[in-house]
Amino acid sequence: MTIIKRALTFILTVLAITVIAGSSAFAQKAPEFSNDLMMDNKTYVYLIAEKLEYRSLNGIDPLMWEIQGFVGKDINKFWFKTHGEALTTESEAEMEFQGLYSRAIDPYFDIQGGIRYDLAYEGGANKSRGFAVIGLQGMAPYFFHVDGGMFISEDGDISASLEAEYDLLFTQRLIGQPIFETSIAIQEVPEWGVGSGFNNIGLGFRLRYEFVREFAPYIGFNWERKLGETADMARTGGHVSNLSLLGGVRMWF
Amino acid sequence: MSDNNYNMSRRKFLRYSASMAAMAGISSVLPTYAFAGFDNREVLTPKGPDNVIDLTIGKMPHQVDGKQGNAIGINGTVPGPLIRLQEGQDVLLRVKNELEDTTSIHWHGILLPFQMDGVPGVSFDGIPAGETFEYRYPVRQNGTYWYHSHSGLQEQLGHYGPLVIDPAGEDPVEYDREYPIVLSDWTFENPYDVLAHSVKMEGYYNYQKRTLGEFFRDTKENGLGDAVKDYLSFGKMRMSATDLLDVTGATYSYLMNGRGPDSNWNALFRKGERVRLRFINASAGTSAFDVRIPGLEMTVVQADGQNVEPVSIDEFRIGIAETYDVIVEPKEEKPYTIFAESLDRSGYARGTLAPRKGMSAPVPELRSRPKRSMKDMGMKMDMAGMDMDSEETGMNNMNHDGHDDMNMDNGKMPMPGMPAPPVRHGPDHHGIGAAAIASYQFDRLDEPGIGLGKDGRKVLVYRDLKKLKPNIDKRKPQREVELHLTGNMERYMWSFDGKQFHEVDGPIEFKHNERLRLTLVNDTMMEHPIHLHGMWMELENGNGQYNPRKHTLLLQPAQRISALITPRDKGRWAFHCHILYHMERGMFRVVQVADEDGGIYGQDYS
Repeated sequence: MTIIKRALTFILTVLAITVIAGSSAFAQKAPEFSNDLMMDNKTYVYLIAEKLEYRSLNGIDPLMWEIQGFVGKDINKFWFKTHGEALTTESEAEMEFQGLYSRAIDPYFDIQGGIRYDLAYEGGANKSRGFAVIGLQGMAPYFFHVDGGMFISEDGDISASLEAEYDLLFTQRLIGQPIFETSIAIQEVPEWGVGSGFNNIGLGFRLRYEFVREFAPYIGFNWERKLGETADMARTGGHVSNLSLLGGVRMWF
Repeated sequence: MSDNNYNMSRRKFLRYSASMAAMAGISSVLPTYAFAGFDNREVLTPKGPDNVIDLTIGKMPHQVDGKQGNAIGINGTVPGPLIRLQEGQDVLLRVKNELEDTTSIHWHGILLPFQMDGVPGVSFDGIPAGETFEYRYPVRQNGTYWYHSHSGLQEQLGHYGPLVIDPAGEDPVEYDREYPIVLSDWTFENPYDVLAHSVKMEGYYNYQKRTLGEFFRDTKENGLGDAVKDYLSFGKMRMSATDLLDVTGATYSYLMNGRGPDSNWNALFRKGERVRLRFINASAGTSAFDVRIPGLEMTVVQADGQNVEPVSIDEFRIGIAETYDVIVEPKEEKPYTIFAESLDRSGYARGTLAPRKGMSAPVPELRSRPKRSMKDMGMKMDMAGMDMDSEETGMNNMNHDGHDDMNMDNGKMPMPGMPAPPVRHGPDHHGIGAAAIASYQFDRLDEPGIGLGKDGRKVLVYRDLKKLKPNIDKRKPQREVELHLTGNMERYMWSFDGKQFHEVDGPIEFKHNERLRLTLVNDTMMEHPIHLHGMWMELENGNGQYNPRKHTLLLQPAQRISALITPRDKGRWAFHCHILYHMERGMFRVVQVADEDGGIYGQDYS
């Protein structure tokens, strides 16, 4: 008797729970709190050929490139940068590669650190050297895009470079871009044509037309002057100052 | 919760339906909420003893001004069908997902058990591909609302529709005819590409930036000194004076009830009728439309589904997710253009209020693109309105009104009809996620917004909104929560208090049935429509017990406003910027309403 009574109570209780749980939509359990619901921590991939151009220069007519990109999230990224020059008339080229860890330290600036590798070919011979890099990249007040780096070579030579650009809108698609570049070294490295002190300054202007944001052909000019010891070294072998007309394309995705 | 009584009589309902039918000129005995002109789209009313409505979400082709795109439609249309409910009903909405991805429907502005709110990951798990989810809730309010996907970027593809709830009692608004007007934005691009573009390049879609030509025009107009000063002050802050919308008419076509401007959506009327237009901004990226009907005065009678004291205006700004019901009374037998310009003037949605089908009226020119001011950057201007005090723009550590400060009586309540004095920003600059802060914060309740109100038109301002019936909870706020809207346009990071959603480790906690003041401060230079799910925000606009109830507040740059809240429904509720891309990039929070024991389940509908 008591067994039946107990069994009945048990069955009724189970039934009651089932009915209450099942009948009401309000009894549904919601998911646990999660902060992983939006695309605010997504990894993006970006690659830009800022400069991909042909220069007319003293009959050596180099091809020049400056390409960079990242893989990463808003704060932490891996940056890849390369720039270089290859002569179209001779088998001669000089290039630089950087692989950097980049971290946002400010709404507009990233601090970057990593390695740089330089490579040069000249008439079948080639040479290379490696560096440790620390740099700063971002947008300074008044909309100047700035990319600066300090380098310590494997031989302990210290140098630095700075590039600043500005976008000047003639129209919504026709955009002028003045560029200023300079580099400085503490120790001289004659093998690479580097003197101590200011090495060079460069001024350029590129006028691009953005058919779409991602694709813009341009024309422009570039003026470069070697300075101080670097200029003295250059005098023996080539030009201290040169002015080139250029044409190329800027693209990204 | 509801101010209106629940006991709707069946007879009243039938009489109401019948009169509706007569007005629309339809003699059918079947459900008669015929909205002549809503593209003869289905109007869905609950069927059977369980009050069932069936909805199917699926991919579909969608034509915009002759060009074909791929949309997500509801029951085969964009926008989805008009859902028409009755206050007091218990409804069952069955949503079938025919997409390959998870989907959801959020019932925007509706008070319901939070598991029915339709936010995947917050209120439920979403509706998996191929499955059907049953939304069940009692309808406890009335007015104009809408519904939309809360999954990924589906909303950009057309996954939204209007929702109208008829009052249980007498409708205080008299009208002969009505139309829902769903404003939205459409792109033929993949919305994920749209987002990626903004992440990778600041101003990708902005083709109205300041050029050299504009600089010279400005120097001519304002003098060289002032023009240079103006450009330099924006330059110094690294802010663009033309940051109006992230995604613009460069990719968007603006739609009125799913139709592009060239397709001229028509709403018919007879001379002398009172026509009720129920405007809904269902955009994904167009933070606001400015709406006017040249030649007609509009009377605003409802905002966010809540009846307000009628206000006569020429124009109003409608933020994403807001709704405004207006009454127009065309006295002439001629067509009138319904004109809705995007805030940045990069395009417009348009239709025609016409006595006969196929008519059109002249379409106004787009006005010129406005530009941001020093005030938008949170700076105090001197009397001349041009200058800025450089002392005031930098860091300020004078924290009169600290962030998250619990102090109640610091004079924050605006005097009726008077703007509150500017408030200084606290010492917290919100880190990397915030490119700027509003050093000075203004209530701006009397300002119609950027680009409006300087051309002689009477434009609705938030101060005008006065609820028809007083709010019930007369308690003073017991607690205060302050949140800052923050962003970094350059990195396309959006956040509250400088923290993106993935950076927070828990919900914002509200106590069940407490009386709370939520203060919102816009530290960015753009408008943000901020939406709180599951409870009303009684906007403190100086109308006391008649402060309007809103589900979405459109914040102007450098604006500081507050709302009183009584969280009556427990659970977890989403709180976010309704610009879809801002939400996805981190301007999102979960609000948890728990009782004293920490419980979020069990609803009390007494």
